[in-house]
Amino acid sequence: MIHSFDAVIIGSGLAGLRAAVEVSRQGSVAVLTKLYPTRSHSTAAQGGIGAALGNEEPDRPEWHFYDTAKGGDFLGDQDAIEVMCEDAIRTIIELEHLGVPFSRTPEGKIAQRKFGGHTREFGSAPVRRACYSADRTGHAIMFALFEQCGRQGVQFFKEFHVIDIAIEKNRCTGVIALEILTGEIHLFTAEAVLVASGGYGKVFKTTSNAHASTGDCLGILADKGIPLEDMEFFQFHPTGLYGLGILITEGARGEGGILLNGKGERFMEHYAPTIKDLAPRDMVSRAIITEIREGRGIDGRDYVHLDLTKVDKRIIEERLPEISTFCRIYMGIDPSMAPIPVLPTAHYAMGGIPTDIDGRVLKNEIGDAIEGLFAAGECACVSVHGANRLGCNSLLDTVVFGRRAGIAICDILNKTGRGSVSKESVDRAREAIDTMLRRKGSEKAAVIRKALQQAMMDKCSEFRTENELLSLTEALKGLRERTLEIGLKDKGKRFNTELLEALELNHLISLGELIAHSALQRTESRGAHTREDFPDRDDMNWLKHTLAFKTDKGPVFGYKEVRITRFRPAERKY
Amino acid sequence: MVSGLLKNRNSNEMKKYTFKIKRFDPEIDRQPHWEEFVLEMEDSDRILDGLIKIKDDVDGSLTFRRSCAHGICGSCAMKINGQNRLACQTLMKDLSARNKSAHTAGVAVIIEPLPALEVVKDLVVDMEPFFGMNEKVLPYLINNDPPPERERLQDPKDQKKILQAITCIMCGSCTSACPSYWADKKYLGPSALLKAARFIFDTRDRAFDERLRAVTHTHGLWRCHSIYNCVEVCPKEIDITAYISKLKRAALKKSLRLK
Repeated sequence: MIHSFDAVIIGSGLAGLRAAVEVSRQGSVAVLTKLYPTRSHSTAAQGGIGAALGNEEPDRPEWHFYDTAKGGDFLGDQDAIEVMCEDAIRTIIELEHLGVPFSRTPEGKIAQRKFGGHTREFGSAPVRRACYSADRTGHAIMFALFEQCGRQGVQFFKEFHVIDIAIEKNRCTGVIALEILTGEIHLFTAEAVLVASGGYGKVFKTTSNAHASTGDCLGILADKGIPLEDMEFFQFHPTGLYGLGILITEGARGEGGILLNGKGERFMEHYAPTIKDLAPRDMVSRAIITEIREGRGIDGRDYVHLDLTKVDKRIIEERLPEISTFCRIYMGIDPSMAPIPVLPTAHYAMGGIPTDIDGRVLKNEIGDAIEGLFAAGECACVSVHGANRLGCNSLLDTVVFGRRAGIAICDILNKTGRGSVSKESVDRAREAIDTMLRRKGSEKAAVIRKALQQAMMDKCSEFRTENELLSLTEALKGLRERTLEIGLKDKGKRFNTELLEALELNHLISLGELIAHSALQRTESRGAHTREDFPDRDDMNWLKHTLAFKTDKGPVFGYKEVRITRFRPAERKY
Repeated sequence: MVSGLLKNRNSNEMKKYTFKIKRFDPEIDRQPHWEEFVLEMEDSDRILDGLIKIKDDVDGSLTFRRSCAHGICGSCAMKINGQNRLACQTLMKDLSARNKSAHTAGVAVIIEPLPALEVVKDLVVDMEPFFGMNEKVLPYLINNDPPPERERLQDPKDQKKILQAITCIMCGSCTSACPSYWADKKYLGPSALLKAARFIFDTRDRAFDERLRAVTHTHGLWRCHSIYNCVEVCPKEIDITAYISKLKRAALKKSLRLK
């Protein structure tokens, strides 16, 4: 089936929805999602969205700008960071006007709380900057934007799995997708395509990410020779529920929760004397692993405690109800009575599809764009988060840059006309699926996926070394070969989720390879990327973005300079 | 590095469970049938973990929706031991040992698709009618007053009126458990009425009359007979019936005033 729209948006999380709101004011928009729209993983975002509203205490966008640059270990592009922090206040007010039920101060203003790495006066003390809707902030914004899209006539293609993004002669002309219900291939032609497909945490074993977070579109673009930027920087959130990886929001520490080791010590005092438990996530995660490695886990075991027992019970009930429920259901714990066992969990990809500040996808070191192709949200790398994202900046990123991409798309509408997609591309997509369905191999995608997730976790998480990364890249080669032997039990066309998982696996392995090789070549430690064999940050050689190009002979690297406009890189102390 | 340190969350012993799953693939089957899978699971495992285990290790064709796996995306609502629940939010230990029977190994876990919605395949149902109802209640804030420069103020006490309603994840458990919906497939159902309440009682909204009109027709809120099935199954523990009752009171007041 063939569809034609002014713009096609892949992904119905916050970035995609915000862009759809913008574009649908001027043109026809299709949003493709492999789930139902309200199921996208943005809905799981808990703690807040950052903006220097100053509702609870004085705050300024430039402090936010400084914190974001420093939090990212000075790898973020400062022109982009400034755009985001300056636009944050307008963004929050706009969301409120759209109906987002933000939590309120006693006088009825949007309430704000402390979050990791957010400070006043350039690092002097934590500041209340995170606007929140209890601990369901993503969910609250998601529904407001989804409902707005419905009102503006955005057309949703629910449960459509993207197989290919058509790029011909440096121009993106459309998207080829599988309708999950029927197994039919659909072709969408458009003047502009926005990739807003989210993250790829499922490359790791323990993750806060959803099953759907498999990075399919990044894999597709990498296969087409588009580089992926800064893939070595993957954030581990300090407080995942032990054994499950389910996220416990940083807001828990923002409201007064503290981390304790097996000796009952508030160990963050040693690692970040000024802001302690509210240090950036990379530092807190490393601190937790260090405590555990040195035998100071709880009972010498492999977790620490997040202690909320000293926090006012009313605050827990009003502002942290969701995580309290998780603790009760999954751990049998009431967080106001007992500490929560936590361990870092793979959470957020700083790296992704390189874009400029208006979401245009860039294909090389000098910043040439691909016409009609845009990206925003976690799948994109603008880069505002640099080497480590601060909490409550991801929601802000999605809405600010989703909107900007939407505006940029409106600018090009009706200029070039809708392109066409070659019949060969469509045939190729159909053939790829048919081949997968026909194959009689003995391997199972699930088995290979688990091996991938385990290997990434063991060899490429918070601490990395050359030896482990080399053995990882070898292991990934083996896994890739095994995918050729995958045989499916389900040969049907209708709602074949076994087929989808096999398709996703190919992309997960590509992303694993790009992460591993990017980590291997960066011989320094910066932000979330810690090389035990190169423990220091090395600005002389490595103050630059990595661009990893996937080729048949393995990844090839290029580099892009970091745009520093305001804050010179300095040692990161908190 | 981390996973090297990771051990099992609990040193619980494994127990035997028999997953009895209602399966139906319209491409192959003429009618639904039951299949059994015996699994070793820990008390703290989720039902969803069991389903994934079956799909990964035993039968790749078993079909169900899932995404976040911790009760916020709303994908995996299904009927588990007779009650609509989220598979990701129901643990093995939540299942009653009463389900032990002579015919099955260990505790029985009986899983069916959500009722009252057409089965697409195995545990996947057609959610379109469910989401469609939502679109009929003007599910977006309406306020045509010129917006202030900053946020519209809202007293925390006022926000309390919608605090539970905004936590709905649209999983479909409530509407598919509602006898009134079973009897009248045009009935808006608890989920859409909850959405209506979420806006009617939002002090920032200005479309009270329009909204009441959208829920007071033949297939609207008077179909609710306060059976409370919706409340019983809601995974977010929302008192949906109470919200619908408030809507009924608001509608009554308005009609009396009009007379």
